Amino acid sequence: MIALVANPTRAVYAALIATLAIGWALVAFDGGTFTLNDLVGIQQRSAALGIVAVGQTLAILAGSLDLSVAYLISLVSLIAAETMAGQTSNILTAVVVALGVSALVGLVNGVVITKLKVHAFIATLGVALVIRGVLDHLYDGPAGRVPVDFQQLGYARIGPIPVAAILWAAVAVGVWFLLRRTRFGHRVYAVGGDVEVARLSGVRTDRVVIAAHVLCSLCAGVAGLLLASRLGAGAPTVGTDGGYDLESIAAVVLGGTALAGGRGGVAGTVGGVLLLAVLDSVFNQLEVNSFFKDVVRGVVIVVAVAVYARRTGRRAS
Amino acid sequence: MKRAIPIFVVLAGLLVAIAVANPFFLEPAGFLAFLKRVAPLAILAAGQYFVIVSGEFDLSVGSLVTVEVVVAARLIDGDEAMTWPVLILLVVIGLLVGLVNGLVTTKLRVPSFITTLGAMLILSGAVFLWTGGAPRGALSQGFRVFGREGVWAVAILVVVVIAAVLLMRADFGRTLVAAGDNEKAARLSGVRVDRVRVFAFVLSGLSAAVAGILLGGFAGVSAQVGQSLEFQAITAVVLGGVVLGGGRGHVVAAIAGAFTLEALFTLLNLHGISGALEYAVQGVIIIAAVAVGGLRLPSLRLSPSKV
Repeated sequence: MIALVANPTRAVYAALIATLAIGWALVAFDGGTFTLNDLVGIQQRSAALGIVAVGQTLAILAGSLDLSVAYLISLVSLIAAETMAGQTSNILTAVVVALGVSALVGLVNGVVITKLKVHAFIATLGVALVIRGVLDHLYDGPAGRVPVDFQQLGYARIGPIPVAAILWAAVAVGVWFLLRRTRFGHRVYAVGGDVEVARLSGVRTDRVVIAAHVLCSLCAGVAGLLLASRLGAGAPTVGTDGGYDLESIAAVVLGGTALAGGRGGVAGTVGGVLLLAVLDSVFNQLEVNSFFKDVVRGVVIVVAVAVYARRTGRRAS
Repeated sequence: MKRAIPIFVVLAGLLVAIAVANPFFLEPAGFLAFLKRVAPLAILAAGQYFVIVSGEFDLSVGSLVTVEVVVAARLIDGDEAMTWPVLILLVVIGLLVGLVNGLVTTKLRVPSFITTLGAMLILSGAVFLWTGGAPRGALSQGFRVFGREGVWAVAILVVVVIAAVLLMRADFGRTLVAAGDNEKAARLSGVRVDRVRVFAFVLSGLSAAVAGILLGGFAGVSAQVGQSLEFQAITAVVLGGVVLGGGRGHVVAAIAGAFTLEALFTLLNLHGISGALEYAVQGVIIIAAVAVGGLRLPSLRLSPSKV
């Protein structure tokens, strides 16, 4: 057990398996069954949050954080759906425009944080407010139309596996590769660990933080596209209704990544997202009140981080 | 206090601009209405200041305000006799939530961002679990008087400001700033860092209780009464030149930050900038204010007179 807790990533997967097992038992006891379909449903539901959380992992590892992702997701869903306007031939343009806007927002986040030296919390909160203002000003409700071909992204399956889950896996593997196998990844850890030390070792720290934010926003953009394909249109509240800003941060931290940056990784985040999704799914099966779900989620997040803190604290002292 | 000068200049400018656009603002009734509107956010900003200057965050105050109002409405349910017992209960709830936040953050060493994010989920989940999804019941007239009557709201605000200033001048304030500035140094010089931080969270919880009591009277009962107030309070504190991460900034400046934010909303409304674009302007101004504050810092550091 101690060996399990020693490594937050392993701990979160142990917790995931335990939750699945307990959930299975509870659901069975309740007279229901937990089928393969439910497992697929879990992947489908968690894909959007998972993609955002993978991006958020990058920002947090670099010692930053991004509170603007929820509004960005809404904005991207609207831009994509309006550009597509129901035409299959517009899909490519729409995806390019949507990701371009996302990258731009990430660039602004990164530049404001590094060049204007605004705390990431305030910088991304400010950018979130700006996007919110634009959204409220331009849109009253759902807009645009997503062609049937693009809706495949949200609903189609290859065998038993939803395309959305494959997309999530691809993003996660891509970012994992970036973090573990490239120079950029090592720099992200260096900057998140100690900016000054990284700077003195010759890392151009500003560039790393900006790149991390661009990638984080791109992930949010991909999630926005996924949600647009599922809704069949863009919606100004799709990002905030899902609570993707705080929820993604919670998932990252649940996965063992230190909020202060420099420690953790994508594997933990994926585990964190799955853990939240399994909890959700079990509660749905048991038809638990949605407010009770919030209570449990809050407790789980705090308890998990308390357990991680116990370990790292003992090592430090 | 030097860091705080810009916020007072900006605030004065905004107040003049409001007075030019709307002369009613200069009359006692007009100004009292403004103060009444500011009071809840100013009180929340004071509470949030204690937490931020000690190097932490409190994201739970928005949900806590909602909890306070919803609990009050359900328990009072229009019965005047219940007013005072419920008021006391609300204060106790605020203190307790702050205590738990503080203990989890310091003793279990959970980053306060996560502790209070968890508290936010737990509080809003728990209160609506209890009321079945929507606020129920009604507030009594005796309860609503605090937020509705400008005199009461202003009196409470003044008491809070004085108490906050006195606290920051006492040993508590100095140790709190020391803990936020350099935790290790503070610990080594004998500051009980954990204890002052827990106290800061308790004060933040108390401020949310008071703000909830005022907002319940002012805005009435709704499930959204506390929504995004935590971000507004943090914004106000940061606008006042208080540094996230702790150790720097003055409580009066943080409260002035709340006044500035509210004055900004008022001015934008007066000039007919739609509620929607208001957010965009707010976002730009927050970033700009903090960026300017950050750029000023190096020049201040160079002057040897800076304490």
